Amino acid sequence: MANVFGTPLKRREDPRLITGNGNYTDDIQLPGMLYAAVLRSPHAHARIKRIDVSAAREAEGVSAVYTGQDLAGKMEPIPTAWLPPDSDMKTPAHPALAVDTVRYVGDGVALVVADDRYTARDALDLIEVEYKELPVTVSQEEAMKDGAAQLHEDVPNNLAFHWKAGEVPDEVFDQAEVSVRQRFNQQRLIPNPMEMRAAVARYNPGSQEMTIWCTSQNPHIHRFILSGVLGIPESKLQIVAPDVGGGFGSKIPVYPDEALVGFAARDLKRPVKWTEERSEHFTTTSHGRDVVLDVELAGKRDGTFTGLRIKNIANLGAYLSTAAPGVETILFGLITPGPYKIPLAQVETYGVMTNTTPTDAYRGAGRPEATYQIERMVDLFAKEIGMDPVEIRRKNLIAENEFPYDNALGLQYDSGNYHGALDKALEMLDYEDFRKEQEEARKQGKFLGIGFSTYVEICGLGPSKVAGQVGFQGGLWDSATVRVHPTGKVSVFTGTSPHGQGEETTFAQIVAQKFGIPQEDIEVIHGDTNRISMGWGTYGSRTTPVGGTAIGIAADRVIDKAKKIAAHVLEVSGEDLEFEDGAFQVKGVPEKSISFADVTLQAYLAWDLPEGVEPSLEAQSFYDPENFVYPFGAHICVAEVDGETGEVKIKRYAAVDDPGPVINPMVAEGQVHGGIVQGVGQALYEGAVYDKQGQLLSGTFMDYTMPKARFFPKFETAFTETPSPVNPLGVKGIGETGTIAATPAVANAVVDALQPFGVKEIDMPFTPEKIWKIMQNGRGEE
Amino acid sequence: MITDKVEVRVTVNGVERKSEVEPRRLLAHFLRDDLGLIGTHIGCDTSQCGSCTVLLNGEAVKSCTVLAVQADGAEVTTVEGLGDMENLHPVQEGFWEKHGLQCGFCTPGVMVAAVDLLKQNPNPTEEEIREGLEGVICRCTGYENIVKAVQYAAERMPEYESAQAMAASLDNGNGEV
Repeated sequence: MANVFGTPLKRREDPRLITGNGNYTDDIQLPGMLYAAVLRSPHAHARIKRIDVSAAREAEGVSAVYTGQDLAGKMEPIPTAWLPPDSDMKTPAHPALAVDTVRYVGDGVALVVADDRYTARDALDLIEVEYKELPVTVSQEEAMKDGAAQLHEDVPNNLAFHWKAGEVPDEVFDQAEVSVRQRFNQQRLIPNPMEMRAAVARYNPGSQEMTIWCTSQNPHIHRFILSGVLGIPESKLQIVAPDVGGGFGSKIPVYPDEALVGFAARDLKRPVKWTEERSEHFTTTSHGRDVVLDVELAGKRDGTFTGLRIKNIANLGAYLSTAAPGVETILFGLITPGPYKIPLAQVETYGVMTNTTPTDAYRGAGRPEATYQIERMVDLFAKEIGMDPVEIRRKNLIAENEFPYDNALGLQYDSGNYHGALDKALEMLDYEDFRKEQEEARKQGKFLGIGFSTYVEICGLGPSKVAGQVGFQGGLWDSATVRVHPTGKVSVFTGTSPHGQGEETTFAQIVAQKFGIPQEDIEVIHGDTNRISMGWGTYGSRTTPVGGTAIGIAADRVIDKAKKIAAHVLEVSGEDLEFEDGAFQVKGVPEKSISFADVTLQAYLAWDLPEGVEPSLEAQSFYDPENFVYPFGAHICVAEVDGETGEVKIKRYAAVDDPGPVINPMVAEGQVHGGIVQGVGQALYEGAVYDKQGQLLSGTFMDYTMPKARFFPKFETAFTETPSPVNPLGVKGIGETGTIAATPAVANAVVDALQPFGVKEIDMPFTPEKIWKIMQNGRGEE
Repeated sequence: MITDKVEVRVTVNGVERKSEVEPRRLLAHFLRDDLGLIGTHIGCDTSQCGSCTVLLNGEAVKSCTVLAVQADGAEVTTVEGLGDMENLHPVQEGFWEKHGLQCGFCTPGVMVAAVDLLKQNPNPTEEEIREGLEGVICRCTGYENIVKAVQYAAERMPEYESAQAMAASLDNGNGEV
């Protein structure tokens, strides 16, 4: 049996997806199904003075109209699931429909349920709402000030929490040979998976069981929360995430809409479907980033770093989304020193509420923000002391022999060869040649720049004990069941919930490798709370390091049991057997063996099992990792700025990523590609823009620049594979590395290109207009 | 509000379908909700994303921007009509071979757009492919493997087309493939 671990197998998901046989939530049609539409607030902050739904209720084809008042007392508010400790956390209520106050453009005001999509939409226009507009606050810094508009009575100064980790005394900065300070505005982004959110609910009034199909990255978390919101026991609530068309973090949260369709289906005793429209998605599905960072990095003239201090003012939007409070605290804060030896670090985060769409995880979730600031600070520091950006990185990167490495904020980095990744990236791109080319180009009025990003990422979320310590209201272990059927075919059930990442293939590869059977004989099942005992979903690059490890462990347990049966059949001791190429074989007696399939059949027939061995052949694992895992790498971007137009063009992009042993290089490379494009998207193109009244100006694909094919060159990618000691597969994670690394690589390249103009920092995205102005003024924005 | 329905006859993937629709009904909803052809996806409401791309009389259109009544008397090809597992279209094959999809949501529209692109330019350069995909948005793949998938398809199209022509002539001009 050839190795299947490490092989670029074609994906098993694809045959259904390329032939139009996928099954996304909006594809579900049920007999008697009704369609829901939500009336949304056109104001960012207003009192609902009067709402008249009578005309809508009377309209032909309309089954029901609900307002916030109608639901009051019948549904619990939507909770947040992350309460950072010692942060004076406030948890304002988030009703599924606004009761008397709307707090952002898009806040739900009424739900219409009708015979079809068109009728439901028509009925929205028949609802009359009289609003009294209230003062609006959009920027997090303004919102914290005295006199700013207050969103929630129980959140004074709109400050939901203040979290702090580490301590660096002033002297470290006051007495430092070199101290660099910079403010970074990390703009708000809109995740925009191509499939918008949707939910279908079906209720059985007899058995009182409910099924909700929805666009979820974590169906068990949806069940956990919706059970409480709707008052349905978890044992009677099934959540199914069918094919899900991307998430990037935006399908982690539990939103009002899934709860509303559940409520309506139960109330009307008919299935109800709701599907978001894209313009609705822009205002109601969680946004990402939107932080203002003030960073100070102290060190010596020789390039050594001595201390890092960060203040993060994070915009949380109008309500606290499911994981939001953890993103800009735990996930951002603890990894801020990056891959560098920095003995002292301090991070504090102010979580601020504003009249904007709630923010939550977006691909990388906190770690892109952390990586951006440290990668930019390292470059600024290097410039301050006149050191080369590669040299300063080499000097400060944690060395291979220093692992496990305890960073200044309590994380223990598992393993790494950071210098190795940087060296490999530099092999792909001749640095010295580039500098000569850059100099020549400048003489001809062309502006080339090179940007480096050496990163480390905290992944594989995570040890449940730590989850508890940092206030996550759940566990972060995961489950796997490996069931070998009597014919030797295998079903694998995972508590993770892939939605494009390809684990139906890569998880089959793990099991095929373990059992020595063709991967075609293995099916991977996910996304259904009635079929899978428990799981915490797909995010934080945890699917393979946590869910995949659970599968590996369950598969080993199956082999252990099968071995006992094989030994019994062959009348030898288990110790005398070896398992290879799908058969148990007596050591040194090759003719004495039994295939895995034959053992399986014996396990099910159970005519003659060894004493103490129960029939059937399946095993379960509930794997809780002992530590996070830490993928790392080095990305290099070469960019050219057009001296006439200010347009930035990426000329070359080299990426070396180390996710531990690579299960499927083709799938892993695909993750890197997609990640880079999203990271470049933040640097060059994307940005959610609100006006002072809280209206989202970038509310369609016409106004929000999604990266397109023609924006990019061919990427040059490579992997190094440093196993993690944390899990037996040694795997780390690859889903977010590209996004995390790419944004600062591009930013560093553009700032490098604009050195003739004395640029220090530019707010993203680097639009041609912004760059052109900088070139005209001959200086950077401070 | 609810207007009189009108009859439309559309040949979808080689089969004539007759239905009564409201004049305002979008072709995308007609295909998905009325005909059950759920392979065509809707990813936006401003005609930007291209997830809903289908061929209308052989040309790529965004079916969210075409009314069902406008397709009356026309031929429509959706992803379901490109090919099935027994007879994949080279573009479908390319997407599978080259990992041109991740979540798969935009894929049907991107593949249909690629079919049209190759019809207009059978031997596109990488740059021409990237330009040619201007009308579609993919959030997962970073496009690189989509480009490879289209290149793969371009190489195989001549062989596929002659095989199709052969099959059609053997089929005595029936035209159903």
